[in-house]
Amino acid sequence: MADCHTGSVATLPDPGSPKTSRSHVVAIVGPPNAGKSTAFNRLTGLHQKVANFPGVTVEHHMGKVKVDANHEVFVVDLPGVYSLQPRTEDERVTHDVLLGQMKGLPRPDAVLLILDSTNLARHLVLAAPVLSLGLPTLVILNMSDDLARRGGGLDVAALGAQLGAPVALVSASRGDGFDKILQFLSGATRTAEPVPAKMQLPVLQDIPQCRQWAAAVGAKGKYRAPAPPLWTRRLDDIFLHSTAGPLVFILVVVAVFQAIFSWATPLMDGVSTAIESSGAWIGSLIPNLTLRSLVVDGIWSGVGSVLVFLPQILLLFFFIGILEDSGYLARAALIADRTMQRFGLQGKSFIPLLSAYACAVPAIMATRTIENKRDRIATILIAPFMTCSARLPVYALIISAFIPDRQLLGPFLSARTAMMLSLYILGFVAAVLTAWLLKSTVLKGGASPFMLEMPPYRWPTVQSLGLRLLDRSKVFLRRAGTVILVVAIVLWILAKLPLHDGQPPQIADSFAGSVGHFVEPVIRPLGFNWKIGIGLITSLAAREVIVGTLGTIYGIEGTSNDVGLQQALRSDLTTGGAVALLVFFAFAMQCMSTSAVVRRETGSWKWPAIQFGYMTAMAYIFAFLANRIVTAWFS
Amino acid sequence: MQTVLMMLQGLDFKASWSHTEFEMQHSVKKQAKSTAANLTQLKRGETGVLHSLDLPEADARRLMELGFVPGHSITPSNSAPGGDPRVFRVDGSEVALRRETAIRILLRP
Repeated sequence: MADCHTGSVATLPDPGSPKTSRSHVVAIVGPPNAGKSTAFNRLTGLHQKVANFPGVTVEHHMGKVKVDANHEVFVVDLPGVYSLQPRTEDERVTHDVLLGQMKGLPRPDAVLLILDSTNLARHLVLAAPVLSLGLPTLVILNMSDDLARRGGGLDVAALGAQLGAPVALVSASRGDGFDKILQFLSGATRTAEPVPAKMQLPVLQDIPQCRQWAAAVGAKGKYRAPAPPLWTRRLDDIFLHSTAGPLVFILVVVAVFQAIFSWATPLMDGVSTAIESSGAWIGSLIPNLTLRSLVVDGIWSGVGSVLVFLPQILLLFFFIGILEDSGYLARAALIADRTMQRFGLQGKSFIPLLSAYACAVPAIMATRTIENKRDRIATILIAPFMTCSARLPVYALIISAFIPDRQLLGPFLSARTAMMLSLYILGFVAAVLTAWLLKSTVLKGGASPFMLEMPPYRWPTVQSLGLRLLDRSKVFLRRAGTVILVVAIVLWILAKLPLHDGQPPQIADSFAGSVGHFVEPVIRPLGFNWKIGIGLITSLAAREVIVGTLGTIYGIEGTSNDVGLQQALRSDLTTGGAVALLVFFAFAMQCMSTSAVVRRETGSWKWPAIQFGYMTAMAYIFAFLANRIVTAWFS
Repeated sequence: MQTVLMMLQGLDFKASWSHTEFEMQHSVKKQAKSTAANLTQLKRGETGVLHSLDLPEADARRLMELGFVPGHSITPSNSAPGGDPRVFRVDGSEVALRRETAIRILLRP
């Protein structure tokens, strides 16, 4: 749960272990957009995990590379940096790891410095401080295919001689030149003892001087800069065109949502059928009636009703992955910056907020690149308003149950897509208005300039996308297997007790029912009954739990078997109540992992408490209004 | 944070050290704020040469890491609708800046 995004924590090699051969650690260092992650994925493949350093919030990827038959090396992918000056938390982590000052991780035995060969002169600036660390370093010049295509080139041997370090020209996206990396890893990590560390970085603060040094090294390495990226310029003339740009932006967003809705349907139907038939099959194997009810009505209906949404969530992550890896996201941030500025936010807030559409937890961690404390807290506080993927199952269920499947604009926009889009916009509007409120009151002042590098457009690699989706599926399935499973079992038990004459009660008279009835007076004005009340309580753990909970409740009632969850819902909610429920979920802060990460990032319970109170109040007030307005409209 | 006018040594790769420094001092005191051309005065597609960054030190450093090193040529490119923020081509990369930042990046006369 606290790992809304992360995988399980990787076991770090034990530096003090006296075992036969010491594990070797190799750090990947490089500027942002140099293709570090692609290279890391290519090197480690499936043998990688996301981990957190103890005491710091910066997460990193850790993986194993099989160098040869019986030799493995741990590779750690460090946050992208332009220099080794520790200014942001990201940079501090990279700095500390390289100097061996990071708790829980031995000083790396070697460094893979990844630079973009199409932008070598500028990227070489980072080589100076990294090489002066005195660790065995392989200078990897990535994007060799791009460099060649655009007519650039260099003399690898001459450059290596200049730098005093081996140089490899590779293409991480195609895998060219990776044999050189493996060779280096094999050679550099065979020594039993790590190379003695220099205690301090030399003073290399003067960037113009570093840049001059880099230019000279590049020239002696016979570096020919490539021609400008033609396709990137052509695409930018469209994507950043004053009228076409925003249009494309809107089209992209609408297309993504339409696809999530229409493409996912057959997949979801498939999963749903598989769950139903497997539930029935397992049920037929269990002779004991009570046990059968627990498994089929409790667990299968509860967990299964959430699992159905896996295809939709994966599609969402697939599209976010494409937008991010292709480089379009930076353009979208550029187009949106003016709007963000009006609400007191800066461009740097935009990327975390975009990733909050997937999940607020990594988004809140990503705010660490914002140097300004107030801007950072404002961004953290509004991130949970962005429509995260956990809301998707809830929205999808209620929308499919209550919004007719009608076309609004031919095949381009259906009523359901439009409703879904408006909920996403609603969350966004709530976020920016809250930001504006915060920035003009408690978090007044303080702005650092907007600087956003526009990376060249690139084809997303199948491997990176695949790893992303795999990672996401694991997180989702783990959650379904833990929180949602436990809630389903506990709920089933509470719904079957107390026994009357040895018989389980009607669900309305059960313990679960009493809890629901207890909160009912509070939520009745919103148009919710006691069953929804139970769901609201369980969804405090995580939003999508409500879907599982309703699955379990209706499963026990026996309604879900033949009429389905959607139809069961229709008998329990008016349209007003349904819209109110959507609005409630758009605003409410129902996610323990997010609260935990906010507490960790802000250092106290003050901000998560304020956030929870504010969001719950907003959810209640607006759900109430939505119920009133929609009910009045339809009567 | 206090605004510090960045004093950038070695900004001219060819000019002699002392001459450059003198030029800088001069521009700080007499011209920088009023008359020196800034990045916003450059039209799209035109090329200018960076002179200095009139920004807080941390911001100036970050910009230099992104390629805004004095002595480099710079060309404004596409922009968001309305012309702000705008993408600048400098030292092989493309970086978007808001007008409020671009106006404090000064060009050589």
